[in-house]
Amino acid sequence: MNIHEYQAKSLLKQAGIAVPDGLAARNVDEAVEAAGRLGLPVVVKAQIHAGGRGKAGGVRMCRRLEEVSQAASDLLGHVLVTAQTGSEGKTVHLLYLERCQSIVRELYLSLLIDREAEAVALVASTDGGTDIEEVAKIHPERILTRPLFNGPSDVTPDLSDFLSLPALDVERLVEMLYQLFIDKDCSLIELNPLAVNDQGELVALDAKIVFDDNALFRHPELEAMRDPLEEDPREREAREFGLNYIALDGRIGCMVNGAGLAMATMDIIQLKGDRPANFLDVGGGVTEQAVAEAFRLLLGDTHVRSILVNIFGGIVRCDIIARGLLDAVKTHPMRVPVVMRLVGTNEQEGRQLVKQAGLDVRWAGNLDEAAEMAVAAAREGDPS
Amino acid sequence: MRSLLNAGTRVICQGFTGRQGTFHCEQMIAYGTRLVAGVTPGKGGRMHLGRPVFDSVAEAVQETQAEASVIFVPPPFAAEAIIEAAEAGIRLIVCITEGIPVLDMIRVKAHLRGMNRPPVLIGPNCPGIITPGEAKIGIMPGHIHRPGCVGVVSRSGTLTYEAVAQLSAVGLGQSGCIGIGGDPIHGMDFIDALAGFEQDESTRGIVMIGEIGGSDEEKAAAYIRRQVSKPVVAFIAGATAPQGKRMGHAGAIISGGKGTAEAKFAALESAGVTVERNPTLLAHRMLELLES
Repeated sequence: MNIHEYQAKSLLKQAGIAVPDGLAARNVDEAVEAAGRLGLPVVVKAQIHAGGRGKAGGVRMCRRLEEVSQAASDLLGHVLVTAQTGSEGKTVHLLYLERCQSIVRELYLSLLIDREAEAVALVASTDGGTDIEEVAKIHPERILTRPLFNGPSDVTPDLSDFLSLPALDVERLVEMLYQLFIDKDCSLIELNPLAVNDQGELVALDAKIVFDDNALFRHPELEAMRDPLEEDPREREAREFGLNYIALDGRIGCMVNGAGLAMATMDIIQLKGDRPANFLDVGGGVTEQAVAEAFRLLLGDTHVRSILVNIFGGIVRCDIIARGLLDAVKTHPMRVPVVMRLVGTNEQEGRQLVKQAGLDVRWAGNLDEAAEMAVAAAREGDPS
Repeated sequence: MRSLLNAGTRVICQGFTGRQGTFHCEQMIAYGTRLVAGVTPGKGGRMHLGRPVFDSVAEAVQETQAEASVIFVPPPFAAEAIIEAAEAGIRLIVCITEGIPVLDMIRVKAHLRGMNRPPVLIGPNCPGIITPGEAKIGIMPGHIHRPGCVGVVSRSGTLTYEAVAQLSAVGLGQSGCIGIGGDPIHGMDFIDALAGFEQDESTRGIVMIGEIGGSDEEKAAAYIRRQVSKPVVAFIAGATAPQGKRMGHAGAIISGGKGTAEAKFAALESAGVTVERNPTLLAHRMLELLES
């Protein structure tokens, strides 16, 4: 789960890590008032779940209140397209204003899950404030990466040398960050830049925190930080029904059981010359109600020109899939062709139910055939 | 792979009396798995599915000489269940549970690394392991398998069944299938499974099914180049997956441009692996390789 910069900074502050004084604002008046309270100059920062905001004009330095008001009205309610948002961009609903800092140096510091080392790892760089992937490519010697098998003590002496910072400061900062990482089950805490100000203090100028979705059950307090405006409404709706759904930009709707098979189904659609409209894994314990919801999602997506249902039923029963479809078409007519490949538990029962209801479903014998049929069905709507 | 699992392997189930445990243990018994007991804390002394229930794995091992355990324990308790099995001397632990926190798995792996004789861990978030015709530990539908000569190793569940059904249909069958699971931190990896199938006498070829995310497939490619003489056919799921989105499995995510299907296909191709981009043609490609 992702959170906004202002939320990450409140967690950092609670953990004892220095961040600039800041206030959130939802409209122009709030922004001007916040600037007044913080004292000029301020930085006005668009709060969206994506990096690259600075280059995209989402971070504005303002010396006068008129500039704050201008920046706020420029940003709020408008779409920001950054290197990480994709071409559709993200709408700005919230601003975060911070008092300006006098900066001497900008560094990079993060904690993350190192899959290879199977440990929490620390990544640091003397080049802060830029894209760390780029630094890694051009100046790998400016990056220090260290798995923390035994905790922060694995890195602190070396890190102090590497960043040319006082040992005590580094030790305190890394220990506080590590504790926060463990306490909140993070998968990433990234301070970029981590600034050294003119007082010689370490201040997190920007912060990104990502939580492990699997661990949210033991952090009910984090649920309040979820921003529904940041999520695709269809993805949010699907999650409420226990479905794994991700919107894509193609035109063939997919419904599959199992994440690997769902990805493979998307891939074979592309191989056959078209593009998937979504990833959708209905999961193993799916109910008729959730299947119906899944069909409604696909039928309600105006980009979808045909639907491919690919079920290799082990735990999933094919009759549940069929019942879900029958339920969905009560409210959402089958406005596009539906190609079904049902294999496994209660396969005959599933087919029978659909046929008895008189639904015009196209049956495929295997996945290859199903993908071809779905692609051909989508083309039927193309202008000739 | 008979060295890991065969008809004689004594298996217990942790989370035996729950809904999932009960359903899948019935299926395992029906398939021929030698399921000797179950473990559910607080329910020791009862019988379930005609097998004794114990409060702890240690007791179950002492009474039944169990060698393997399958875990259906819910995510908050699954990490402890793995460690309990390891400490009780279980040699093969298959963890089916999906949704275990990553930091819990880091703790489990650190614990196993610290053991003198760590057990083999398969999973978590996996379908399990099957030696067709002999025994299965996991949730895969047994009836689609046929005893045969192809080893299957995969990060996916249902996509593996797709490959298995193809191999059965063309008459090659399977010498063993191992689902290593979709989580970023997991037990057995591709290399362990490849090494096992390379050694396994009944295996003539290997089908490997990877996914986007991480670098397990790249490491496997380097290993295959040096150590695997048997033909390998590989598919990587997620060529069409967007960057930065978790595709169902916790480990299936492209981040910072790393872990793409293209990079994995390229690494495998350069290691001499037969890469097949159509997931419905895996068995046909294996048949071609074995007949040539």
